[in-house]
Amino acid sequence: MANMSLVKNPMPVQEPLVRNKNFKEVALGYTEEQAIDEANRCLGCKNHPCVGGCPVAIDIPNFIAKVKEGDFEGAYQIISRSSSLPAVCGRVCPQETQCESKCVRGIKGEPVAIGRLERFVADWHMANFKGMPQKPEQNGHKAAVIGAGPSGLTCAGDLARMGYKVTVFEALHLAGGVLVYGIPEFRLPKAIVQKEIENLKALGVEINTNSVIGRTITVDELFEKGYEAIFIGSGAGLPRFMNIPGENLKGVYSANEYLTRTNLMKAYLPDSDTPIMSAKNVAVVGGGNVAMDAARCAKRLGAENVYIVYRRGKEEMPARNEEIEHAEEEEIIFKTLNNPVEILGDEHKCVKGMRCVEMELGEPDESGRRRPVVKEGSEFVLDVDCVIMSIGTSPNPLIRNTTEGLDTQKWGGIIADENGQTSREGVFAGGDAVTGAATVILAMGAGKTAAKAMDEYIKSKNA
Amino acid sequence: MYKIIKKERLNPTVTLMEIEASAVAEKAEPGQFIILRVDEKGERIPLTVADFDRDKGTVTIIFQIVGATTKKLDCKEEGEYICDFVGPLGVASHTEGLKKVAVVGGGVGCAIAYPIAKKLHNNGCEVHSVVGFRNKDLVILESEFDKVSDKLCLMTDDGSCGEKGLVTDALKKLIDSGEKYDEVITIGPLIMMKFVCALTKEYGIKTVVSMNPIMIDGTGMCGGCRLSVGGETKFACVDGPDFDGHLVDFDEAMERSNMYKEFERKRYEEECNLFKKEVN
Repeated sequence: MANMSLVKNPMPVQEPLVRNKNFKEVALGYTEEQAIDEANRCLGCKNHPCVGGCPVAIDIPNFIAKVKEGDFEGAYQIISRSSSLPAVCGRVCPQETQCESKCVRGIKGEPVAIGRLERFVADWHMANFKGMPQKPEQNGHKAAVIGAGPSGLTCAGDLARMGYKVTVFEALHLAGGVLVYGIPEFRLPKAIVQKEIENLKALGVEINTNSVIGRTITVDELFEKGYEAIFIGSGAGLPRFMNIPGENLKGVYSANEYLTRTNLMKAYLPDSDTPIMSAKNVAVVGGGNVAMDAARCAKRLGAENVYIVYRRGKEEMPARNEEIEHAEEEEIIFKTLNNPVEILGDEHKCVKGMRCVEMELGEPDESGRRRPVVKEGSEFVLDVDCVIMSIGTSPNPLIRNTTEGLDTQKWGGIIADENGQTSREGVFAGGDAVTGAATVILAMGAGKTAAKAMDEYIKSKNA
Repeated sequence: MYKIIKKERLNPTVTLMEIEASAVAEKAEPGQFIILRVDEKGERIPLTVADFDRDKGTVTIIFQIVGATTKKLDCKEEGEYICDFVGPLGVASHTEGLKKVAVVGGGVGCAIAYPIAKKLHNNGCEVHSVVGFRNKDLVILESEFDKVSDKLCLMTDDGSCGEKGLVTDALKKLIDSGEKYDEVITIGPLIMMKFVCALTKEYGIKTVVSMNPIMIDGTGMCGGCRLSVGGETKFACVDGPDFDGHLVDFDEAMERSNMYKEFERKRYEEECNLFKKEVN
């Protein structure tokens, strides 16, 4: 009998004013009973529109059917046919604009909590299934993947399953890309990322950390070493600044730096050698998921007041609603329709305030969002000692500058067709390196598509 | 893991290590840097490449013990390993076409200036080296510089070795005596580079400095290493580390370099206490 409740089973969470002082995971996950109850909200409808909303086309109704039966391992097997990182996606995918936005239950009431069920299934598997995946039979061909982030890991996993010997080259000392340096522990525990990476290694994927492509070794040299196809998933890691006065003062960070110090380098732990400023009043400039992450980290690192300063309204914020809600619950102060014009420093060049102006929304611009315009005479100074710029990132120029014949957009993105094929034969690309900063799941989708295209390419070369 | 092939104490606070890292050695050029992490809890620190041996697959680093991380690194012995060693990063120093250059090094900065002097010398360039130290106990690489320099001026603050005075005194003397340099390359403490640049600006001699600010990834991702150069923001890790010294805002760079001074001091003391305990 279907569960006809109009609302999702709520996600158990840590209390807001407790969790904003620790780095433990915020959302605690469904119990088996909650999962089965939620699964019973799925009608198993014939045309399953949810699958079309998933960038990696997970067979959603069938995995949910297994959850209904209590066959959680069976559910996991169905998900893992399409996704290399289910425990990650169940946590960080914007399901509300993807699978869940297509769910028929969402027409009247809330859609089925597909994301929460995916997370439940992946966590259940990790906790209860002790074996490692089997290494597939090798086909004798070699492929290289640049960047161990979501797109690269997905591409590597898919190629390994097809029998390729895959080597992943990662610039940092740890694999995971944005999953380890960007998304905080309280939203995505690093142990989970490590576990997913261990699974890939069991499939035979080799991960070479400390390898900066374009410096340590170039794309052309990878071909010389016998890799038959190369996937570039180097992400969009170059932080943007606003180019306003005072941005080089002490206490101004890019969100990338702030999050990398906190997450990758574990600056929040007392025994870490990596320092991070302990600020009292922090302004985070920007309205995306990264801004929410930075703000919530700042709060956990002990700041009394943390402001999100965003030039449009809350409606226009690109961050997921869930992230905005979580931030609000944790007492992050939203200063929407505010824009910084200058960061003020003291005699030691430390931040002592941020001059802002108020904005109002005018006519819609190219993006369809109403354009913010400055309100005359609205200048004020926000009392802060730390500013975190979270206004976006662009692709790193290192690979495009050292790879001849690789065409890129003016803004730096690598040009690739719908299969990930670039202007260089045998070179494929996907994820943020192609699209500019987007989501984990879109990057994974691109990695998946490219793996298929690389397989076809290598086969056709050897036919 | 990266093996320490050789360790040599150059003076009480400066240590040389040769690290087995064949992929880095294969590509390294003077002026580039590496990032290392001593152990799993360690921070990432940039160090400029002091030398490399492509055949042996080793890279030499020379570092001054200034904080917890360099202290920890200094405690490692030959045959032991460090956790991470990545590079070569940054853009190599431009040495092509230079006919006569003054290389001005200060303190441990001489370790970075040396491979550049050597490369210039090997390219057939006339090299005048001016190296400065606080006192005779801190002098490093004197004979190495001697081999690759057509002229060598060794300066100490107290006159205990070479001539008494600052590197700027020696450089001024050389210029005033009629030496005409295509370029001055200077590497050392920020304050020294600032004054070398102030001097060469008066004489209108192009001057290149090597910057070594705080950074994390070294590939352009964090932006922590940003500097103002000619009014524009540059990332030392990918745009540098070499810059036109007459355009660099040294005062800002000096302020930024002490951003974590308090944390570093505390951490250093903790590390020293730990070290004392281990010894006792």
